[in-house]
Amino acid sequence: MLEAIYLDGTEDTPKIVLDKANNAFEISGRSLPEDAAEFYEPILNWLEKYEGQENPKTNFMFKLEYFNTASSKLILDILSKLETIEGASVTWFYHEDDEDMEEAGEEFSELVDIPFDFKTY
Amino acid sequence: MKYIYDLHKTMLNQNLILVYEGEFTQEITKSVLAMAERNMDSFGEEAAVKRKVFNIMVECLQNVSKHAFSYETDTYGKNSAIFMIGKHQDEYVITSGNAILNEEVDGLFAKLQSINQLDKEGLKELYKSIIKRPGGLTEKGGAGLGLIDMARKSGNKLGFSFEPINEKITFFSLSTKVSRSTKE
Repeated sequence: MLEAIYLDGTEDTPKIVLDKANNAFEISGRSLPEDAAEFYEPILNWLEKYEGQENPKTNFMFKLEYFNTASSKLILDILSKLETIEGASVTWFYHEDDEDMEEAGEEFSELVDIPFDFKTY
Repeated sequence: MKYIYDLHKTMLNQNLILVYEGEFTQEITKSVLAMAERNMDSFGEEAAVKRKVFNIMVECLQNVSKHAFSYETDTYGKNSAIFMIGKHQDEYVITSGNAILNEEVDGLFAKLQSINQLDKEGLKELYKSIIKRPGGLTEKGGAGLGLIDMARKSGNKLGFSFEPINEKITFFSLSTKVSRSTKE
């Protein structure tokens, strides 16, 4: 069984949930780590292992308040990984008056071939 | 001691709400961000404006902590640089200044000029073409997107200047504006 990852959010790293048993997949909060590659490495590794034993549906929730450009590159890596996972989809949350976050989600959706659903909060 | 009063008056005249001079690290970046956020909260700045200022601050501070060149380490400490925020009637101005190596000037100048020549759509296309480039982050941990992102979030041209320090290094200043009226 693939062990779940739960990380609490901090002032510069997001909350992470990767839980196959409960079918919960989430990145939320702020992502501005100094070393984005290091922070996201375990997440990408987990998805690597998840591929091939994935649930019938994998809805990945992105609810980011802010992310830096180094994180954006890693978010694209996560989305590219999800592209290879059967039944994966993304729900992109943005604050209702946050046009930049809405636009960021739209741009990601144009860069990968996964169904995107947009929701405001 | 008069310099204290002079510095205080300069800050007031320039509408500077925050000035930091010294070493730049992730811990300091977080503290400066928290101070600026609290400051903007204290006079009830609009959420959309606050987010843009925060966003540009992060890219600016992380650029400095990644790229500032340390000069005269004994005197100034590691990558000593300056960062400040000015709050004016209709805009915020986020400014940084740091030393870079002379051989980096031409590349940076060309990059800033090409960014300033692009409109909103052009910046978006440039951003997308760089983010999807394979190969991960640079050795300094950057995505090569910071300046483009700052220009996009700002909606204004980036201001910049280069002042030679000596035969090895140049002082690079960068300033980004955020309009305080969210209606475009």
